[in-house]
Amino acid sequence: MYAQLVKSEGTKTREEMTPEELAFQERIDRGEKIEPKEWMPEGYRKTLIRQIGQHAHSEIVGQLPEGNWITRAPTLERKAILLAKVQDEAGHGLYLYSAAETLGVSRDELMELLHAGKMKYSSIFNYPTLTWADMGAVGWLVDGAAIMNQVPLQRTSYGPYSRAMIRICKEESFHQRQGYAIMMKMAQGTPAQKRMAQDALNRLWYPALMMFGPSDKDSVHSAQSMAWKIKMNTNDELRQKFVDQTVPQAEYLGLTVPDPNLKWNEEKGGYDFSEPDWSEFYDVLAGNGPCNKDRLGARVKAWEDGAWFREGLMAHAEKAAARRAQAAE
Amino acid sequence: MPSLPDMNTPEVADLARREADAHPAHPTVPQPDAGQEALFETLLRIGDSTLILGHRVSEWCGHSPALEEDIALANVALDLIGQTQLWLGLAGEVEGQGRSADDLAYLRDAWDFRNLLICERPNGDFGHTLMRQFLFDAWHHELLKGLAASSDPRVAEIAAKAGKEVAYHLERSSDLVVRLGDGTEESHRRMQEALDALWPYTGEMFLGDDKDADMAARGIAPDPASLRAGWDETLRHVLTEATLQIPEGDFAHKGGKQGIHTEHLGYILAEMQFLQRAYPGASW
Repeated sequence: MYAQLVKSEGTKTREEMTPEELAFQERIDRGEKIEPKEWMPEGYRKTLIRQIGQHAHSEIVGQLPEGNWITRAPTLERKAILLAKVQDEAGHGLYLYSAAETLGVSRDELMELLHAGKMKYSSIFNYPTLTWADMGAVGWLVDGAAIMNQVPLQRTSYGPYSRAMIRICKEESFHQRQGYAIMMKMAQGTPAQKRMAQDALNRLWYPALMMFGPSDKDSVHSAQSMAWKIKMNTNDELRQKFVDQTVPQAEYLGLTVPDPNLKWNEEKGGYDFSEPDWSEFYDVLAGNGPCNKDRLGARVKAWEDGAWFREGLMAHAEKAAARRAQAAE
Repeated sequence: MPSLPDMNTPEVADLARREADAHPAHPTVPQPDAGQEALFETLLRIGDSTLILGHRVSEWCGHSPALEEDIALANVALDLIGQTQLWLGLAGEVEGQGRSADDLAYLRDAWDFRNLLICERPNGDFGHTLMRQFLFDAWHHELLKGLAASSDPRVAEIAAKAGKEVAYHLERSSDLVVRLGDGTEESHRRMQEALDALWPYTGEMFLGDDKDADMAARGIAPDPASLRAGWDETLRHVLTEATLQIPEGDFAHKGGKQGIHTEHLGYILAEMQFLQRAYPGASW
């Protein structure tokens, strides 16, 4: 999940819809998939581009906080697992940019919007990874939160997006288990390792809760996206589900969730918990998180430093095509 | 010039004696089983080379010029780390002192590393990284062909598995060297500069010592010099198509195989070994 605060249009009532829009909405209501060449309202296309693009960017920027520990992984096996995980994330980026391309926007265009600060990626990746335990906590909490959002999106109305989600979900749940395995090792390890594990949970708990976006009462863009089945659940529903799933996992590790108000509520059958500090969330979105400048800077540098490489490949392809054409004459 | 005074005053000599009595045994450095030293050394030379190059390649993760390259480089690094586990695992077994692949990777200092110097060269620009990979892959491919015919079945088995992966590495790096060498003026210039800068680090691949001679005589590993012809052939073929000039000089930096490295290796190890050194004995 890596889409937060995706802007969409206001919701139209059935009376306000054109016949085309009405027919489109009825297809969605029947659970049909919308495919690339088919008619769709411009708002649907735009909202999807924003959402899929933001998700793709999150996968790409998301390589950085974990990439930060590849060269310091403590064993050869851990290094290999982490490399494979970061590689999967690049692969997810690739599927998602391809899904966005079916809506008429190229990968390069989306990258340029990201680099210009005109498109966002998930706020979570603007937090630093400070110890090896963060490799566990990112897998456990961040991938865990992502899965919470992405599992329902496998049923989303847009065919290519839905199919990308099905592939991605399989890999993400594997990542989450790997992350939890690192946490187990740390939580059962030396006192220093336990301290690292608790510290990682302390730092990443609230940023993970923020991944679901603002509270429903403040989430202005949800209604239309839900009608279009681009968004399947509200932010608060998913956040509650995440907390209910994660708290027992933390207890099993012997770690303490950093929330004094956390309490099982028998009546609602879920936990009561503290809201994250939303002013921090908006600060991070506005570019003032601890790593925003570094993360975006690293991506822009990679892109700019690599321009000669991409141009070289293009030039070679053109030369090779010209040579083939000449040979055919 | 007056001669220096004797430092061993009675007090110092006494102090040394008391210290020695207080700490009777220094930890011993493991020695390989008799007759296995050359094989142990040879396995370190291969496993350390894949380890250090894998480390360098993994530094690109998330920073490469295109998404496809991020994926491909992670793949190459993964293969190299996987091969390292096998080579160093076998090295530990041959040594017979109970050291695991992780012990060898994370608990030796630079002078005990036996990788080729080219593996520890800094990444430089992406062209530099690709050229280093191509020069290494072309050698690695020849080496593994030779090792697949090893008289030691354990060596032959690892080489056969790694050989499949490395055939693909070579195909990929050759293809990119051709496309960038024969791309734009800038990409050509960068690839030629990388080739010129790395050239003095290629000669070491083909230099043998008495350990190599022992391995070749026992049919365990090919004589390094015998790999040259195949490597030259690959280079001639790929670099000609890439419109790149093979440098003329034959000066070779050497020492990596004997544990005398460049300044870069110490920093690689400082980073790579940090957790194992800072938290000795912890399990991860």
